[in-house]
Amino acid sequence: MSSEALSCQCCCDEESDQQKYQRIAEIIEKYKNREGSLIQVLHLSQSIYGYLPLELQIFIADHMDKPLSEVSGVITFYSFFSTQPRGKHTIRVCMGTACYVRGGKKLIDRLEGILGVSVGSTTEDKKFTFEIARCIGACGLAPAMMIDDVVFKQVNPDKLESILAKY
Amino acid sequence: MINLTINGKSVSVPEGVTILEAAKQNNIYIPNLCYLEGVHKFGSCRLCVVEVEGARTLQASCMVPAREGMVVRTNTEKTRKARKALYELILSDHPKDCLSCERNRSCELQEMGDILGVTEARYNGEKSKGRIDISPSITRDMSKCILCRRCITVCNQIQNVGVLNAQNRGFETVIGTAMDLPLNTVNCAYCGQCTIVCPVGALKETDAIQDVWNAINDKNKRVVVQVAPAIRVAIGEDLGYEPGNIVTGKLATALRELGFDDVFDTNFTADLTIIEEGTEFLTRVKNALTGGQATLPMITSCSPGWIKYVEHSFPEKLDHLSTCKSPHTMLGALAKSYYAEKIKIDPKDMYVVSVMPCTAKKYEVSRPEMQNNGVPNVDAVLTTRELAKMIKEAGIDFRNLDDAQFDNPLGLSSGAADIFGVTGGVMEAALRTVYELVTGRQLPFDKLHVTPIVGLQQIKEAEFTIENPLEAYKFLDGVTVKVAVTSGLSGAKVLLEQIAKGESPYHFIEVMGCPGGCISGGGQPRPTTPEIRQKRLEAIYREDEGKELRKSHENKYVTKLYEEFLKEPNGHKSHELLHTHYTKRGKFNEYIIK
Repeated sequence: MSSEALSCQCCCDEESDQQKYQRIAEIIEKYKNREGSLIQVLHLSQSIYGYLPLELQIFIADHMDKPLSEVSGVITFYSFFSTQPRGKHTIRVCMGTACYVRGGKKLIDRLEGILGVSVGSTTEDKKFTFEIARCIGACGLAPAMMIDDVVFKQVNPDKLESILAKY
Repeated sequence: MINLTINGKSVSVPEGVTILEAAKQNNIYIPNLCYLEGVHKFGSCRLCVVEVEGARTLQASCMVPAREGMVVRTNTEKTRKARKALYELILSDHPKDCLSCERNRSCELQEMGDILGVTEARYNGEKSKGRIDISPSITRDMSKCILCRRCITVCNQIQNVGVLNAQNRGFETVIGTAMDLPLNTVNCAYCGQCTIVCPVGALKETDAIQDVWNAINDKNKRVVVQVAPAIRVAIGEDLGYEPGNIVTGKLATALRELGFDDVFDTNFTADLTIIEEGTEFLTRVKNALTGGQATLPMITSCSPGWIKYVEHSFPEKLDHLSTCKSPHTMLGALAKSYYAEKIKIDPKDMYVVSVMPCTAKKYEVSRPEMQNNGVPNVDAVLTTRELAKMIKEAGIDFRNLDDAQFDNPLGLSSGAADIFGVTGGVMEAALRTVYELVTGRQLPFDKLHVTPIVGLQQIKEAEFTIENPLEAYKFLDGVTVKVAVTSGLSGAKVLLEQIAKGESPYHFIEVMGCPGGCISGGGQPRPTTPEIRQKRLEAIYREDEGKELRKSHENKYVTKLYEEFLKEPNGHKSHELLHTHYTKRGKFNEYIIK
């Protein structure tokens, strides 16, 4: 990942929308004439802004000189991109075959109760965004889940509350 | 040339063609659905699968290039079975309400079932949840969409508008606008080219048929109809004729039989447009050459899809557009003033219907700019396809109708008006009149055709030098007038970018929103292939050449209209009724977000 995305991690909260748009404009300037760079621009934009609402999609389409429907098409194709505000942390419960068989569904049910939101949503306090992943490549550790970049193996539903308490 | 074997037959084809094209060139038909010759090659439906020796799986013949020594079999038990299964899979997510679908018997999916000999639909599963989106011009019913993506290709590559693209993924995939916004909130030009290529009932014009029947049924309404130049050379295709037939006389009779009170011809106001637009052009040129303020090049304004495109894409360049309304709104405005006065009826009791080759005109008539005294110039727009349906619905035996004439005073027209329906036609019509007005001599081209701007190429140009003009036009002596013509919005973009950079060498530009002009407008009969387009083009020029009256300024009813009512071109009355202004819009939105 390039430095723009990394550098944002520390300053997102203090930055105004205007500053964020400014930084996205600079990124677009750098990438716009490279073929196939839309995904990279969207990726960096999401890491700066947190998510990709319609207004930001319009800004990107305009500056990249691409149809808005193409930008939106790419965003809605990849589950990594979000058009809704996201929580501070992302919980992804694996529902690949192995995790499903070993009780992934039970983790989902329990988490829905704990978080008070359904899959695909963000908690009211904006702390967690709750999603399903399709195989994270940890089948031997099923059922698995991730919070941000950390993988939790063989998760016991009863341990979920104590795991979340660390965040 | 490369050599290959298809179904045991040795064939030679040019390098670069696909297996499907190679087969076609050798009279071997491979069933195919999403492929559209010269337009769309995507391989989404897979129905064109064939066996290729040495290949592990069946190959989509529309995508795989023919190679030297290839051995291809198109007609085997394996390919036939695969096509049927693929077809049934498409059918599993398609509503089976064919009998009440507007594409019944003109549906490519339906026709393909017949070709493949499909007799069962074995797969039943979840159905995609399609939404119906109704805009003033186009109705999208995504429950019928088979994801062939032809509309994406025409909207993005051919028209350069790009409001349609695939959204979401897998079973959730839907062809639509960004974030599923309604079409009437985005930068759709309403050209309707997507409705021409849609193989099923997913994309179509927004229906006006019932509104028109209601008006005809209303005894208190005087219902006036007018037909655009491009209808008479195309509607026959939906009524049992081969492409390229001219059915003007029968069309006038059919309209009377449908119950319209007055049957007028948009051609009449095409002639009028030439007088108004020609005068506007000469005024602009005069101002430019004599040190005054004038925006050049001037660009034609007959095509409402083009107008909406330029409003979204180049909102700072609207001054280049002629202020003339499109011919059918001019006729509507005159019907509800000049003609209403003559027959002594209140314009509010008159209902004007325009039959147009165009879907964008449906939107155009709803614009606030297209009203006078709170009354819309035109009340309803029917596409060519819709009028053909009404004729069938009324049980009219079109082929056996007698020929008739349009009604006066808004029905006589010159050949110059006929060619408004084809790319290059408006420019040629204008030059026939302007040149003669300026020099007193006839336009010096064979049969009055400005050959360099005739034909289906994307951008065409011509120039000529004015010598020995009449006294009033001395300022034009020795001036070389440069004109350009384009059709389809990609070409328009090229010419507009030149203008934006200040590099446009032209004085006058004609733009038609659809490739080829109105003959292949979004409201014309399906299909519109390159061959059919060429036949309609030839028919339009035949109609022009068949007339004694070839120049707009010689139309005696136009002269009479000025004497009795308008007084002078670009005069006070003209400005009130026949001219308009334009609206700046957002690049991706109907209106600019403040």
